[in-house]
Amino acid sequence: MKYDIVVVGGGPAGLAAAIEAKKNGVDNILVIERDRELGGILQQCIHNGFGLHVFKEELTGPEYAEKFITELKNMGIEYKLDTMVLEIGEERVIHAINTVDGFMRIKAGAIILSMGCRERTRGAISIPGSRPAGVFTAGTAQRFVNMEGYMVGKRVVILGSGDIGLIMARRMTLEGAKVLAVAELMPFSGGLTRNIVQCLEDYHIPLYLSHTLMEIKGKDRVEGVVIAEVDKNRKPIPGTEKHYDCDTLLLSVGLIPENEISKNAGIALDPVTSGPIVNESMETSIEGVFACGNVVHVHDLVDFVTAESKRAGKNAAKYIKKEIKADAKTAKTKPGEGIRYIVPHMVRPENVDGTLDLFMRVDNVYKDMNMVVKIDGKEIKRMKKKHLAPGEMESVKIKKEDLGFKEDAVITVQLEKEGA
Amino acid sequence: MEKHQLVCIVCPMGCHLEVTKENDEYNVTGNKCPRGKAYGMKELTNPTRVVTTTVKIKGGLLNRLSVKTKEAIPKEKMFECMKFIDSIEVKAPVSVGDIIVKDLLGTGVDLVAARSM
Ligand SMILES: Cc1cc2nc3c(=O)[nH]c(=O)nc-3n(C[C@H](O)[C@H](O)[C@H](O)COP(=O)(O)OP(=O)(O)OC[C@H]3O[C@@H](n4cnc5c(N)ncnc54)[C@H](O)[C@@H]3O)c2cc1C
Ligand code: SF4
Repeated sequence: MKYDIVVVGGGPAGLAAAIEAKKNGVDNILVIERDRELGGILQQCIHNGFGLHVFKEELTGPEYAEKFITELKNMGIEYKLDTMVLEIGEERVIHAINTVDGFMRIKAGAIILSMGCRERTRGAISIPGSRPAGVFTAGTAQRFVNMEGYMVGKRVVILGSGDIGLIMARRMTLEGAKVLAVAELMPFSGGLTRNIVQCLEDYHIPLYLSHTLMEIKGKDRVEGVVIAEVDKNRKPIPGTEKHYDCDTLLLSVGLIPENEISKNAGIALDPVTSGPIVNESMETSIEGVFACGNVVHVHDLVDFVTAESKRAGKNAAKYIKKEIKADAKTAKTKPGEGIRYIVPHMVRPENVDGTLDLFMRVDNVYKDMNMVVKIDGKEIKRMKKKHLAPGEMESVKIKKEDLGFKEDAVITVQLEKEGA
Repeated sequence: MEKHQLVCIVCPMGCHLEVTKENDEYNVTGNKCPRGKAYGMKELTNPTRVVTTTVKIKGGLLNRLSVKTKEAIPKEKMFECMKFIDSIEVKAPVSVGDIIVKDLLGTGVDLVAARSM
C-alpha cells in the first residue's frame, strides 16, 4: 500500500491535519485509527465549551468531532478504523494491523503523528497499598459513564485537580453520586479556573490544595481514603489527616503524550513535554514526519489542537509538493524565567506563513506580569498578563517581519514583573 | 456599593470579573469581551447553566447518546431535569441536533442530541 500522507490517530488532531492536507492539494491520504470510531477523546467529553475559537459557538466534544468527521467523509478522505499502528520503520514505512487486512506495510510520502495522550495511572504516581476495585483514572470513568453507560461509584474522592477530574466531579454529581472532595498536591489547581467554578463551586465540592493521598482502605472494593496536607517539600504533615468513607477514587493526575511509536522510530523527544521536538512546520527530527495535537504537548483546549494540526497538515502537503526549505536558517526557542517549555522548538523564518505562533506553559501561578519575547536578547514583543497559571496554555504571535535574525539565533520568552 | 469577584465561565479564557452594584445598576470590569459582562450580571440575578448528559439509546454503536439543553436552563432546575432525563430512552438512528425532549420541564428549552448515532 502506498499513500502520499498517512495520519496516525483519528482524533481531532488527525482529522484536522488530514482535512487541511487535502485542502492544500494532496489527494492520496489515509487516516488510521485504533478505536471503533473517529473523533478520539472528544467522543467521551460530552460537556460543552469546545469550538469557541474555531466555530464561534459552544459545542460539546462529540458535536465538535462530528463536524470534522463529516467534513473528512465529504472530502472522500480514506480512513481505517479498529486499526493499530505498531511501528514506523525506515523510509516512512508504517506497520499496522487489523482483523480485516491483517498485517500491513504502508509506504507514506509524509506521516502525521496524532496519537494524542493517555492518562497517568495509579502506577505512575506510586500510590501504596492493596489494589481494591473502585480506583479509576478520571478519563476511564468518563468513558464508562458517558459512552458505555456504567456508573462507576456512589461516594467519590478525586485525586488531582486537572480538568478531566474537575469535569468528572460535576458529571458524577449530576448523575447522583456524592463527590466528597478533590485533593490536589500542588498549591494551585492544574485545571482551568472556569472549571473550578462551574464544576466544584457550583456544587459545593471542597478543593483541598497542597493535599495528597495517604491511604486507600478496603480489600475487594475501596472502602475509604485518607488524605493529608503537605508541606513546602510535599511531605505529609502529621495530624492533618482527613478520613473519607467512599467507594470510588478517581485519579486526575496528568496526561502523557503517547509517544512509544515516535520513540521507537528514533524521533527526538523533549523531556519537558514528553512529545517530539518540532519546528515551525510541526516537523519532527525525522524529515517528512510531522506531529500535532496532544502527542506533541498536552493542550487544554481542542481549539488550539485544531489550529496546530491544520498547520501540520498544510506543511505535510507542502512537503509532498517539495515547498519546504529544509536548509533555511534556523533559530532555537528557549524558555526563559517562569516558562516551562515552548513549542515549536525550532524556527526557520523562511517557512513561516504570516505569523509564527509560539505555545507555552508557565511554571507557577503569577499575577500582573509581562510576557517578553526576545531574539538574541533584543526585545521584539511585550504582552501584559493579569493572570497566568500552569493549567492554562499561553500563546504568542510573532509577525514574520519581526523574525529577521542570523543563523543560530535564540528566541526566548520570559516573564518579567510589571514595572520591573 | 456591592462588590463581587467572579470568574467568567462563558469561555475558557476564564476572565476574572469584578461586578459592582450601585442603585440597581450593575457594572462589570475585567471582561475581555461583551459576553463576560452579560454573564456577570446574569450570574448575580438569574444564574443559568447548559446541562450536558446522556440518555439511553437502543440499537446504536454505544449504550449512551450524548445530549444537551439547547440553551442554558435555570441553575436550580438542573437536578430535577437530570431526574427526568434519566427516564428517557431513544432508538437509533439519531442525528445531531434532533430534539429529544421539547420544552424540558417547562423551561422553554429543548433537549437535543449532541451527536449522530
Ligand atoms: C480523558 C481526557 C479528557 C479530555 N477532556 C478534554 C476536554 O474536556 N476539553 C478539551 O478541550 N480537551 C480535553 N482533553 C484534551 C484532549 O485530548 C484534546 O482536546 C484533544 O482531544 C486532543 O486531540 P488529539 O487528536 O491530539 O488526541 P486524541 O483525541 O487523544 O486522539 C488520538 C487518537 O489517536 C488514536 N491512536 C493512538 N495511538 C494509535 C495507534 N498506534 N494506532 C492508531 N490509532 C492510534 C487514539 O485511539 C485516538 O483516537 C482531554 C484529554 C483526555 C485524555
Ligand atoms: S469575558 Fe469574554 S473572553 Fe473573558 S472569559 Fe468571559 S467570554 Fe471569555
